[in-house]
Amino acid sequence: MSTDSRMKTGTRGLFRRKLANWTIIAISAIGTLIAAVFLLWILWTILRNGFHSLSLTFLTQPTKPYGIPDGGMLNAILGTAVITLVATILAVPAGRLGGICLSEFSRDSKFGNAVRFSANVMMGMPSIIVGLFVYTLLVMTTGKFSGFAGSVALAIIVFPVILRTTEDMLCMVPNALRESALAIGAPRWRITLAVVFRSAKSGLITGVLLAVARVAGETAPLLFTALTSDAWPTGFFTQPTANLTVTMTEYATNSPFETMHVRAWGAALIITFTVLALNIICRTAFREKKA
Amino acid sequence: MTTNPPVEEQVKISVRHLNFYYGNHQALFDNNIEIYRNRVTAVIGPSGCGKSTHLRIYNRIYQLYREQRAEGEILIDGQNILDSATDLLELRRKVGMIFQKPTPFPMSVFDNIAYGLKLHYKLKRSEIADRVEESLRGAALWDEVKDKLRKPGTALSGGQQQRLCIARAIAIRPEVLLMDEPTSAIDPIGTSKVEDLIGELKKNFTIVIVTHNMQQAARVSDYTGFFYKGVIVEYGKTSELFTKPKQKKTEDYITGRFG
Repeated sequence: MSTDSRMKTGTRGLFRRKLANWTIIAISAIGTLIAAVFLLWILWTILRNGFHSLSLTFLTQPTKPYGIPDGGMLNAILGTAVITLVATILAVPAGRLGGICLSEFSRDSKFGNAVRFSANVMMGMPSIIVGLFVYTLLVMTTGKFSGFAGSVALAIIVFPVILRTTEDMLCMVPNALRESALAIGAPRWRITLAVVFRSAKSGLITGVLLAVARVAGETAPLLFTALTSDAWPTGFFTQPTANLTVTMTEYATNSPFETMHVRAWGAALIITFTVLALNIICRTAFREKKA
Repeated sequence: MTTNPPVEEQVKISVRHLNFYYGNHQALFDNNIEIYRNRVTAVIGPSGCGKSTHLRIYNRIYQLYREQRAEGEILIDGQNILDSATDLLELRRKVGMIFQKPTPFPMSVFDNIAYGLKLHYKLKRSEIADRVEESLRGAALWDEVKDKLRKPGTALSGGQQQRLCIARAIAIRPEVLLMDEPTSAIDPIGTSKVEDLIGELKKNFTIVIVTHNMQQAARVSDYTGFFYKGVIVEYGKTSELFTKPKQKKTEDYITGRFG
Protein backbone atom coordinates (compact mmCIF):
# COMPACT_ATOMS: atom_id res chain seq x y z
CA MET A 1 0.00 0.00 0.00
CA SER A 2 2.62 2.47 1.06
CA THR A 3 4.93 1.29 -1.67
CA ASP A 4 2.37 2.39 -4.28
CA SER A 5 2.58 6.02 -3.29
CA ARG A 6 6.34 5.84 -3.08
CA MET A 7 6.60 4.36 -6.52
CA LYS A 8 5.62 7.68 -8.05
CA THR A 9 8.46 9.49 -6.35
CA GLY A 10 11.10 7.21 -7.89
CA THR A 11 12.01 3.57 -8.09
CA ARG A 12 15.40 3.73 -6.45
CA GLY A 13 15.69 1.13 -3.67
CA LEU A 14 12.18 -0.05 -4.32
CA PHE A 15 13.12 -3.71 -4.15
CA ARG A 16 14.95 -3.21 -0.86
CA ARG A 17 11.98 -1.42 0.65
CA LYS A 18 9.61 -4.13 -0.49
CA LEU A 19 11.95 -6.75 0.91
CA ALA A 20 12.15 -4.92 4.24
CA ASN A 21 8.38 -4.68 4.28
CA TRP A 22 7.93 -8.40 3.69
CA THR A 23 10.60 -9.29 6.22
CA ILE A 24 8.87 -7.31 8.94
CA ILE A 25 5.50 -8.82 8.03
CA ALA A 26 7.02 -12.30 8.13
CA ILE A 27 8.71 -11.77 11.51
CA SER A 28 5.50 -10.36 13.01
CA ALA A 29 3.52 -13.27 11.63
CA ILE A 30 5.96 -15.77 13.13
CA GLY A 31 5.67 -14.05 16.52
CA THR A 32 1.89 -14.21 16.33
CA LEU A 33 2.03 -17.86 15.30
CA ILE A 34 4.24 -18.79 18.26
CA ALA A 35 1.73 -17.23 20.65
CA ALA A 36 -1.21 -18.91 18.94
CA VAL A 37 0.50 -22.31 18.77
CA PHE A 38 1.16 -22.41 22.50
CA LEU A 39 -2.36 -21.30 23.32
CA LEU A 40 -3.90 -23.91 21.07
CA TRP A 41 -1.47 -26.57 22.36
CA ILE A 42 -2.48 -25.86 25.96
CA LEU A 43 -6.17 -25.84 25.09
CA TRP A 44 -5.82 -29.09 23.11
CA THR A 45 -3.91 -30.85 25.91
CA ILE A 46 -6.50 -29.84 28.48
CA LEU A 47 -9.35 -30.80 26.20
CA ARG A 48 -7.86 -34.20 25.34
CA ASN A 49 -7.06 -35.14 28.92
CA GLY A 50 -10.04 -33.60 30.63
CA PHE A 51 -12.72 -34.61 28.19
CA HIS A 52 -13.08 -38.18 29.60
CA SER A 53 -13.93 -36.97 33.07
CA LEU A 54 -16.84 -34.83 31.91
CA SER A 55 -19.78 -36.92 33.02
CA LEU A 56 -23.06 -36.32 34.77
CA THR A 57 -21.53 -37.50 38.05
CA PHE A 58 -18.59 -35.17 37.60
CA LEU A 59 -20.87 -32.20 37.11
CA THR A 60 -23.51 -33.02 39.72
CA GLN A 61 -21.67 -34.71 42.62
CA PRO A 62 -19.33 -33.15 45.19
CA THR A 63 -15.69 -34.21 45.56
CA LYS A 64 -15.16 -37.39 47.63
CA PRO A 65 -12.37 -38.19 50.13
CA TYR A 66 -9.23 -39.86 48.80
CA GLY A 67 -9.65 -43.39 47.61
CA ILE A 68 -13.39 -43.24 47.10
CA PRO A 69 -14.24 -43.50 43.41
CA ASP A 70 -17.03 -41.65 41.58
CA GLY A 71 -16.41 -38.25 43.09
CA GLY A 72 -17.57 -35.15 41.23
CA MET A 73 -16.54 -31.54 41.12
CA LEU A 74 -19.76 -29.56 41.70
CA ASN A 75 -18.85 -28.28 45.17
CA ALA A 76 -15.55 -26.93 43.81
CA ILE A 77 -17.31 -25.34 40.84
CA LEU A 78 -19.77 -23.63 43.17
CA GLY A 79 -16.98 -22.71 45.60
CA THR A 80 -14.91 -21.04 42.90
CA ALA A 81 -18.00 -19.19 41.69
CA VAL A 82 -18.85 -17.93 45.19
CA ILE A 83 -15.26 -17.01 46.10
CA THR A 84 -14.80 -15.13 42.82
CA LEU A 85 -18.18 -13.42 43.08
CA VAL A 86 -17.53 -12.19 46.62
CA ALA A 87 -14.05 -11.03 45.61
CA THR A 88 -15.66 -9.06 42.76
CA ILE A 89 -18.21 -7.51 45.11
CA LEU A 90 -15.41 -6.48 47.47
CA ALA A 91 -13.03 -5.13 44.83
CA VAL A 92 -15.20 -3.52 42.16
CA PRO A 93 -16.74 -0.62 44.11
CA ALA A 94 -13.41 0.36 45.68
CA GLY A 95 -11.51 -0.03 42.42
CA ARG A 96 -14.13 1.95 40.50
CA LEU A 97 -14.17 4.81 42.97
CA GLY A 98 -10.38 4.90 43.10
CA GLY A 99 -10.26 4.99 39.31
CA ILE A 100 -12.78 7.86 39.23
CA CYS A 101 -10.71 9.74 41.78
CA LEU A 102 -7.54 9.36 39.70
CA SER A 103 -9.12 10.23 36.38
CA GLU A 104 -11.61 12.93 37.33
CA PHE A 105 -10.37 14.64 40.46
CA SER A 106 -6.65 14.22 41.01
CA ARG A 107 -5.25 13.54 37.58
CA ASP A 108 -1.96 15.39 37.94
CA SER A 109 -1.73 15.77 41.69
CA LYS A 110 0.96 14.29 43.94
CA PHE A 111 -1.70 12.25 45.69
CA GLY A 112 -2.97 10.84 42.40
CA ASN A 113 0.52 9.93 41.25
CA ALA A 114 1.25 8.20 44.55
CA VAL A 115 -1.97 6.17 44.32
CA ARG A 116 -1.29 5.26 40.69
CA PHE A 117 2.24 4.15 41.55
CA SER A 118 0.97 2.03 44.47
CA ALA A 119 -1.61 0.39 42.25
CA ASN A 120 1.06 -0.45 39.68
CA VAL A 121 3.26 -2.00 42.35
CA MET A 122 0.28 -3.95 43.74
CA MET A 123 -0.42 -5.35 40.28
CA GLY A 124 3.08 -6.75 40.13
CA MET A 125 2.93 -8.37 43.56
CA PRO A 126 3.32 -12.19 43.51
CA SER A 127 -0.08 -13.67 44.31
CA ILE A 128 1.34 -16.06 46.89
CA ILE A 129 2.50 -13.06 48.93
CA VAL A 130 -1.05 -11.75 48.89
CA GLY A 131 -2.19 -15.19 50.08
CA LEU A 132 0.30 -15.11 52.96
CA PHE A 133 -0.72 -11.57 53.85
CA VAL A 134 -4.39 -12.54 54.11
CA TYR A 135 -3.37 -15.68 56.01
CA THR A 136 -1.80 -13.57 58.75
CA LEU A 137 -4.64 -11.06 58.58
CA LEU A 138 -7.69 -13.34 58.63
CA VAL A 139 -6.68 -16.98 59.13
CA MET A 140 -4.23 -16.56 62.01
CA THR A 141 -6.42 -14.09 63.85
CA THR A 142 -9.62 -16.16 63.60
CA GLY A 143 -7.94 -19.54 63.67
CA LYS A 144 -10.00 -20.62 60.65
CA PHE A 145 -9.37 -21.12 56.97
CA SER A 146 -12.35 -19.83 55.04
CA GLY A 147 -13.65 -19.16 51.58
CA PHE A 148 -14.14 -15.57 52.63
CA ALA A 149 -10.42 -15.20 53.35
CA GLY A 150 -9.87 -16.51 49.82
CA SER A 151 -12.22 -13.87 48.47
CA VAL A 152 -10.32 -11.15 50.31
CA ALA A 153 -7.03 -12.37 48.83
CA LEU A 154 -8.50 -12.39 45.30
CA ALA A 155 -10.06 -8.98 45.90
CA ILE A 156 -6.66 -7.55 46.83
CA ILE A 157 -5.24 -8.92 43.58
CA VAL A 158 -8.06 -7.69 41.37
CA PHE A 159 -8.54 -4.28 43.03
CA PRO A 160 -5.57 -2.46 41.44
CA VAL A 161 -6.42 -3.94 38.04
CA ILE A 162 -9.94 -2.53 38.22
CA LEU A 163 -8.68 0.79 39.51
CA ARG A 164 -6.23 1.20 36.65
CA THR A 165 -8.65 -0.04 33.98
CA THR A 166 -11.28 2.39 35.24
CA GLU A 167 -8.80 5.24 35.17
CA ASP A 168 -7.57 4.36 31.67
CA MET A 169 -11.09 4.01 30.29
CA LEU A 170 -12.26 7.30 31.82
CA CYS A 171 -9.15 9.11 30.60
CA MET A 172 -10.06 8.06 27.08
CA VAL A 173 -13.31 10.04 27.28
CA PRO A 174 -12.51 13.35 25.55
CA ASN A 175 -12.45 16.47 27.71
CA ALA A 176 -14.74 18.15 25.19
CA LEU A 177 -17.55 15.97 26.53
CA ARG A 178 -16.80 16.92 30.14
CA GLU A 179 -16.62 20.57 29.16
CA SER A 180 -19.93 20.52 27.36
CA ALA A 181 -21.60 18.92 30.35
CA LEU A 182 -19.99 21.47 32.68
CA ALA A 183 -21.16 24.19 30.30
CA ILE A 184 -24.82 23.39 30.88
CA GLY A 185 -24.26 23.69 34.59
CA ALA A 186 -23.91 20.07 35.66
CA PRO A 187 -21.92 19.34 38.83
CA ARG A 188 -18.83 17.15 38.46
CA TRP A 189 -20.28 14.04 40.12
CA ARG A 190 -23.30 14.03 37.84
CA ILE A 191 -21.10 14.52 34.80
CA THR A 192 -19.03 11.54 35.86
CA LEU A 193 -22.05 9.29 36.29
CA ALA A 194 -24.32 10.42 33.46
CA VAL A 195 -21.86 11.40 30.77
CA VAL A 196 -18.35 10.11 31.36
CA PHE A 197 -19.35 6.68 32.68
CA ARG A 198 -21.95 6.23 30.00
CA SER A 199 -19.59 6.95 27.19
CA ALA A 200 -16.95 4.59 28.65
CA LYS A 201 -19.54 1.92 29.48
CA SER A 202 -18.39 -0.93 27.29
CA GLY A 203 -14.75 -0.49 28.27
CA LEU A 204 -15.64 -0.47 31.96
CA ILE A 205 -17.70 -3.66 31.78
CA THR A 206 -15.05 -5.42 29.72
CA GLY A 207 -12.39 -4.34 32.20
CA VAL A 208 -14.19 -5.89 35.14
CA LEU A 209 -15.02 -9.13 33.33
CA LEU A 210 -11.45 -9.61 32.13
CA ALA A 211 -10.03 -8.88 35.57
CA VAL A 212 -12.47 -11.31 37.18
CA ALA A 213 -11.76 -13.97 34.59
CA ARG A 214 -8.06 -13.67 35.28
CA VAL A 215 -8.43 -13.91 39.05
CA ALA A 216 -10.83 -16.86 38.83
CA GLY A 217 -7.88 -19.01 37.80
CA GLU A 218 -5.62 -18.02 40.72
CA THR A 219 -4.35 -20.85 42.94
CA ALA A 220 -1.62 -19.51 45.19
CA PRO A 221 -3.69 -16.98 47.16
CA LEU A 222 -6.28 -19.66 47.90
CA LEU A 223 -3.72 -22.19 49.21
CA PHE A 224 -3.26 -20.12 52.38
CA THR A 225 -6.85 -18.98 52.76
CA ALA A 226 -9.72 -20.99 51.31
CA LEU A 227 -7.74 -24.24 51.27
CA THR A 228 -10.08 -26.86 49.91
CA SER A 229 -12.70 -29.25 51.17
CA ASP A 230 -14.97 -32.09 50.17
CA ALA A 231 -17.98 -30.32 51.64
CA TRP A 232 -20.47 -28.05 49.90
CA PRO A 233 -19.44 -24.39 50.22
CA THR A 234 -21.98 -23.72 52.97
CA GLY A 235 -19.38 -22.75 55.56
CA PHE A 236 -18.04 -20.00 53.34
CA PHE A 237 -17.25 -17.62 56.22
CA THR A 238 -15.88 -20.11 58.73
CA GLN A 239 -14.63 -23.23 56.98
CA PRO A 240 -12.23 -24.28 54.26
CA THR A 241 -14.10 -23.96 51.00
CA ALA A 242 -13.81 -26.16 47.95
CA ASN A 243 -12.58 -24.51 44.76
CA LEU A 244 -11.44 -25.71 41.37
CA THR A 245 -7.85 -24.52 41.36
CA VAL A 246 -6.71 -25.85 44.76
CA THR A 247 -8.63 -29.10 44.24
CA MET A 248 -6.90 -29.47 40.91
CA THR A 249 -3.49 -28.90 42.51
CA GLU A 250 -4.28 -31.43 45.23
CA TYR A 251 -5.51 -34.10 42.87
CA ALA A 252 -2.69 -33.65 40.43
CA THR A 253 0.21 -33.51 42.89
CA ASN A 254 -0.82 -35.27 46.12
CA SER A 255 -2.92 -38.16 44.97
CA PRO A 256 -1.72 -41.62 43.99
CA PHE A 257 -5.03 -42.45 42.31
CA GLU A 258 -5.25 -42.28 38.54
CA THR A 259 -8.99 -41.47 38.65
CA MET A 260 -8.21 -38.35 40.65
CA HIS A 261 -5.59 -37.27 38.11
CA VAL A 262 -8.24 -37.52 35.43
CA ARG A 263 -10.64 -35.47 37.55
CA ALA A 264 -7.93 -32.83 38.00
CA TRP A 265 -7.78 -32.57 34.19
CA GLY A 266 -11.55 -32.18 34.24
CA ALA A 267 -11.29 -29.32 36.72
CA ALA A 268 -8.62 -27.72 34.53
CA LEU A 269 -10.92 -28.07 31.55
CA ILE A 270 -13.80 -26.36 33.32
CA ILE A 271 -11.81 -23.44 34.67
CA THR A 272 -9.87 -22.84 31.44
CA PHE A 273 -12.84 -22.92 29.14
CA THR A 274 -14.98 -20.80 31.46
CA VAL A 275 -12.27 -18.13 31.47
CA LEU A 276 -11.90 -18.46 27.70
CA ALA A 277 -15.65 -18.13 27.25
CA LEU A 278 -15.75 -15.04 29.50
CA ASN A 279 -13.01 -13.46 27.42
CA ILE A 280 -14.73 -14.21 24.14
CA ILE A 281 -18.07 -12.94 25.43
CA CYS A 282 -16.45 -9.67 26.58
CA ARG A 283 -14.73 -9.09 23.31
CA THR A 284 -17.73 -9.77 21.13
CA ALA A 285 -20.62 -8.44 23.21
CA PHE A 286 -18.95 -5.24 24.38
CA ARG A 287 -16.85 -4.46 21.36
CA GLU A 288 -16.46 -0.71 20.84
CA LYS A 289 -18.96 0.35 18.26
CA LYS A 290 -17.61 2.55 15.54
CA ALA A 291 -19.12 5.99 15.90
CA MET B 1 -9.70 51.14 23.05
CA THR B 2 -13.43 50.39 23.08
CA THR B 3 -15.61 52.61 20.96
CA ASN B 4 -18.34 54.68 22.51
CA PRO B 5 -21.50 52.62 22.48
CA PRO B 6 -24.36 54.01 20.47
CA VAL B 7 -27.05 55.24 22.80
CA GLU B 8 -29.51 52.41 22.18
CA GLU B 9 -27.04 49.64 23.15
CA GLN B 10 -27.17 48.10 26.61
CA VAL B 11 -24.03 46.59 28.09
CA LYS B 12 -24.50 42.93 29.03
CA ILE B 13 -20.92 41.90 29.76
CA SER B 14 -18.15 44.22 30.75
CA VAL B 15 -14.61 42.88 30.83
CA ARG B 16 -12.05 44.91 32.76
CA HIS B 17 -8.31 44.44 33.00
CA LEU B 18 -8.54 40.73 32.31
CA ASN B 19 -5.31 38.74 32.42
CA PHE B 20 -5.11 35.00 31.98
CA TYR B 21 -2.41 32.45 32.73
CA TYR B 22 -1.69 28.85 31.76
CA GLY B 23 0.58 28.01 34.67
CA ASN B 24 3.38 30.55 34.35
CA HIS B 25 2.57 31.44 30.77
CA GLN B 26 0.46 34.56 30.37
CA ALA B 27 -2.02 34.19 27.51
CA LEU B 28 -4.19 37.31 27.81
CA PHE B 29 -2.99 40.83 28.55
CA ASP B 30 -5.27 43.50 30.01
CA ASN B 31 -8.35 42.67 27.94
CA ASN B 32 -11.09 45.29 28.13
CA ILE B 33 -14.29 44.90 26.16
CA GLU B 34 -18.03 45.55 26.42
CA ILE B 35 -20.49 43.07 25.00
CA TYR B 36 -23.92 44.42 24.13
CA ARG B 37 -27.26 42.81 24.90
CA ASN B 38 -29.02 41.01 22.03
CA ARG B 39 -26.11 41.59 19.72
CA VAL B 40 -23.73 39.16 18.08
CA THR B 41 -20.13 39.92 18.91
CA ALA B 42 -17.47 38.16 16.85
CA VAL B 43 -13.99 37.51 18.12
CA ILE B 44 -11.41 37.11 15.36
CA GLY B 45 -7.65 36.73 15.17
CA PRO B 46 -4.94 34.29 14.11
CA SER B 47 -4.57 30.85 15.71
CA GLY B 48 -3.22 30.94 19.23
CA CYS B 49 -4.07 34.61 19.77
CA GLY B 50 -6.26 33.91 22.79
CA LYS B 51 -9.76 34.14 21.28
CA SER B 52 -10.98 30.86 22.73
CA THR B 53 -9.09 31.42 25.95
CA HIS B 54 -10.90 34.73 26.36
CA LEU B 55 -14.30 33.20 25.65
CA ARG B 56 -13.76 30.29 28.03
CA ILE B 57 -13.46 32.68 30.96
CA TYR B 58 -17.02 33.99 30.58
CA ASN B 59 -18.48 30.78 32.00
CA ARG B 60 -15.34 29.84 33.93
CA ILE B 61 -15.10 26.54 32.09
CA TYR B 62 -11.32 26.91 32.25
CA GLN B 63 -11.54 25.90 35.89
CA LEU B 64 -11.72 22.26 34.84
CA TYR B 65 -7.93 22.57 34.58
CA ARG B 66 -6.20 23.35 37.81
CA GLU B 67 -3.19 25.17 36.36
CA GLN B 68 -5.31 27.84 34.62
CA ARG B 69 -6.02 31.14 36.31
CA ALA B 70 -7.74 34.46 35.53
CA GLU B 71 -7.27 37.92 37.01
CA GLY B 72 -9.38 41.03 36.60
CA GLU B 73 -13.14 41.51 36.37
CA ILE B 74 -15.90 40.23 34.16
CA LEU B 75 -19.18 41.91 35.02
CA ILE B 76 -22.32 40.22 33.76
CA ASP B 77 -25.27 42.47 34.54
CA GLY B 78 -22.97 44.27 36.95
CA GLN B 79 -21.91 41.15 38.87
CA ASN B 80 -18.29 40.11 38.83
CA ILE B 81 -18.38 36.44 37.84
CA LEU B 82 -14.69 35.97 38.63
CA ASP B 83 -15.59 36.52 42.27
CA SER B 84 -15.02 33.33 44.25
CA ALA B 85 -18.55 33.57 45.67
CA THR B 86 -20.07 33.06 42.21
CA ASP B 87 -22.26 29.97 41.99
CA LEU B 88 -20.73 28.20 38.99
CA LEU B 89 -23.76 26.06 38.25
CA GLU B 90 -26.01 29.11 38.14
CA LEU B 91 -23.43 31.04 36.09
CA ARG B 92 -23.36 28.25 33.54
CA ARG B 93 -27.13 28.15 33.39
CA LYS B 94 -27.07 31.85 32.49
CA VAL B 95 -24.09 31.57 30.14
CA GLY B 96 -24.38 28.68 27.70
CA MET B 97 -21.61 27.44 25.45
CA ILE B 98 -21.31 25.77 22.04
CA PHE B 99 -18.02 24.09 21.22
CA GLN B 100 -15.97 23.60 18.10
CA LYS B 101 -16.81 19.95 17.72
CA PRO B 102 -20.39 18.88 18.29
CA THR B 103 -20.47 16.97 21.57
CA PRO B 104 -23.80 15.20 21.97
CA PHE B 105 -23.99 13.29 25.24
CA PRO B 106 -24.07 9.49 24.93
CA MET B 107 -27.87 9.36 25.18
CA SER B 108 -30.95 9.87 23.02
CA VAL B 109 -31.74 13.12 21.20
CA PHE B 110 -34.56 13.77 23.66
CA ASP B 111 -32.44 13.04 26.75
CA ASN B 112 -29.61 15.22 25.47
CA ILE B 113 -31.91 18.17 25.99
CA ALA B 114 -33.90 16.87 28.93
CA TYR B 115 -30.68 16.25 30.87
CA GLY B 116 -29.91 19.94 31.31
CA LEU B 117 -33.56 20.76 31.97
CA LYS B 118 -33.75 18.27 34.80
CA LEU B 119 -30.57 19.69 36.31
CA HIS B 120 -31.98 23.15 36.68
CA TYR B 121 -35.76 22.89 36.79
CA LYS B 122 -38.39 20.82 38.55
CA LEU B 123 -40.65 19.98 35.64
CA LYS B 124 -43.43 17.50 34.95
CA ARG B 125 -42.87 14.98 32.15
CA SER B 126 -45.24 16.80 29.82
CA GLU B 127 -43.51 20.10 30.53
CA ILE B 128 -40.14 18.54 29.74
CA ALA B 129 -41.49 17.22 26.44
CA ASP B 130 -42.81 20.69 25.63
CA ARG B 131 -39.52 22.37 26.46
CA VAL B 132 -37.58 19.81 24.41
CA GLU B 133 -39.77 20.51 21.40
CA GLU B 134 -39.53 24.25 21.94
CA SER B 135 -35.73 24.09 22.11
CA LEU B 136 -35.45 21.88 19.03
CA ARG B 137 -37.68 24.29 17.14
CA GLY B 138 -35.57 27.17 18.44
CA ALA B 139 -32.50 25.44 17.04
CA ALA B 140 -34.25 24.83 13.68
CA LEU B 141 -33.87 21.10 14.15
CA TRP B 142 -37.36 19.92 15.12
CA ASP B 143 -38.59 19.00 11.64
CA GLU B 144 -35.48 16.90 11.02
CA VAL B 145 -35.48 14.96 14.28
CA LYS B 146 -39.08 14.81 15.49
CA ASP B 147 -39.24 11.14 14.44
CA LYS B 148 -35.79 10.35 15.85
CA LEU B 149 -36.15 11.60 19.42
CA ARG B 150 -35.32 8.16 20.83
CA LYS B 151 -32.31 7.63 18.57
CA PRO B 152 -28.88 8.31 20.03
CA GLY B 153 -27.68 11.90 19.58
CA THR B 154 -24.51 10.61 17.96
CA ALA B 155 -26.55 9.11 15.09
CA LEU B 156 -27.33 12.57 13.69
CA SER B 157 -25.18 14.28 11.04
CA GLY B 158 -22.46 16.69 12.16
CA GLY B 159 -24.51 19.77 11.36
CA GLN B 160 -27.54 18.32 13.13
CA GLN B 161 -25.41 17.40 16.13
CA GLN B 162 -24.20 20.98 16.40
CA ARG B 163 -27.78 22.28 16.30
CA LEU B 164 -28.66 19.64 18.91
CA CYS B 165 -25.95 21.17 21.10
CA ILE B 166 -27.45 24.60 20.49
CA ALA B 167 -30.90 23.26 21.41
CA ARG B 168 -29.41 21.74 24.54
CA ALA B 169 -27.84 25.07 25.44
CA ILE B 170 -30.95 27.19 24.86
CA ALA B 171 -33.25 24.70 26.62
CA ILE B 172 -32.10 25.89 30.01
CA ARG B 173 -32.91 29.47 28.95
CA PRO B 174 -29.55 31.15 29.27
CA GLU B 175 -29.02 34.86 28.71
CA VAL B 176 -25.67 34.63 26.95
CA LEU B 177 -24.51 32.09 24.36
CA LEU B 178 -20.80 31.58 23.83
CA MET B 179 -19.83 29.92 20.55
CA ASP B 180 -16.30 28.67 20.12
CA GLU B 181 -15.80 28.21 16.35
CA PRO B 182 -19.19 26.48 16.12
CA THR B 183 -19.02 25.74 12.40
CA SER B 184 -15.38 24.78 11.92
CA ALA B 185 -16.11 21.05 12.14
CA ILE B 186 -19.26 20.91 9.99
CA ASP B 187 -20.00 21.07 6.28
CA PRO B 188 -21.09 24.21 4.32
CA ILE B 189 -24.81 23.37 4.43
CA GLY B 190 -24.66 22.81 8.18
CA THR B 191 -22.66 26.02 8.49
CA SER B 192 -25.20 28.15 6.69
CA LYS B 193 -27.99 26.68 8.81
CA VAL B 194 -26.11 27.52 11.99
CA GLU B 195 -25.38 31.03 10.71
CA ASP B 196 -29.05 31.62 9.89
CA LEU B 197 -29.87 30.35 13.35
CA ILE B 198 -27.49 32.81 14.99
CA GLY B 199 -29.44 35.64 13.36
CA GLU B 200 -32.64 34.28 14.92
CA LEU B 201 -31.12 33.57 18.32
CA LYS B 202 -29.88 37.09 18.91
CA LYS B 203 -33.48 38.21 19.42
CA ASN B 204 -33.41 36.36 22.71
CA PHE B 205 -29.77 35.97 23.60
CA THR B 206 -26.53 37.87 23.75
CA ILE B 207 -24.10 35.99 21.55
CA VAL B 208 -20.32 35.96 21.51
CA ILE B 209 -18.80 33.92 18.70
CA VAL B 210 -15.17 33.02 18.15
CA THR B 211 -14.45 32.39 14.50
CA HIS B 212 -11.54 31.75 12.20
CA ASN B 213 -13.61 32.71 9.25
CA MET B 214 -13.68 36.45 8.60
CA GLN B 215 -16.53 36.21 6.10
CA GLN B 216 -18.51 34.50 8.81
CA ALA B 217 -17.73 37.27 11.29
CA ALA B 218 -18.79 39.83 8.70
CA ARG B 219 -22.00 37.91 7.93
CA VAL B 220 -23.29 37.20 11.40
CA SER B 221 -21.94 39.78 13.80
CA ASP B 222 -22.84 43.31 14.85
CA TYR B 223 -19.57 43.94 16.66
CA THR B 224 -16.13 42.48 16.14
CA GLY B 225 -13.06 42.31 18.30
CA PHE B 226 -9.66 41.61 16.78
CA PHE B 227 -7.25 39.71 19.05
CA TYR B 228 -3.54 39.43 18.50
CA LYS B 229 -1.10 37.73 20.89
CA GLY B 230 -3.50 37.95 23.83
CA VAL B 231 -4.25 41.63 23.30
CA ILE B 232 -7.48 43.15 21.98
CA VAL B 233 -6.07 45.25 19.16
CA GLU B 234 -9.32 46.73 17.95
CA TYR B 235 -12.98 46.48 18.81
CA GLY B 236 -15.95 48.14 17.17
CA LYS B 237 -18.94 47.80 14.89
CA THR B 238 -18.37 44.99 12.42
CA SER B 239 -19.29 47.23 9.50
CA GLU B 240 -16.65 49.75 10.51
CA LEU B 241 -13.93 47.32 11.55
CA PHE B 242 -14.04 45.52 8.24
CA THR B 243 -14.27 48.60 6.05
CA LYS B 244 -12.32 51.24 7.97
CA PRO B 245 -10.01 49.51 10.45
CA LYS B 246 -8.22 52.01 12.67
CA GLN B 247 -5.21 49.85 13.42
CA LYS B 248 -2.60 48.78 10.89
CA LYS B 249 -2.53 45.27 12.43
CA THR B 250 -6.27 44.84 11.95
CA GLU B 251 -6.08 45.95 8.36
CA ASP B 252 -3.21 43.55 7.67
CA TYR B 253 -5.16 40.67 9.18
CA ILE B 254 -8.49 41.26 7.47
CA THR B 255 -6.85 41.82 4.12
CA GLY B 256 -5.06 38.51 4.54
CA ARG B 257 -1.54 39.82 4.85
CA PHE B 258 -0.90 37.50 7.79
CA GLY B 259 -2.76 35.06 10.02
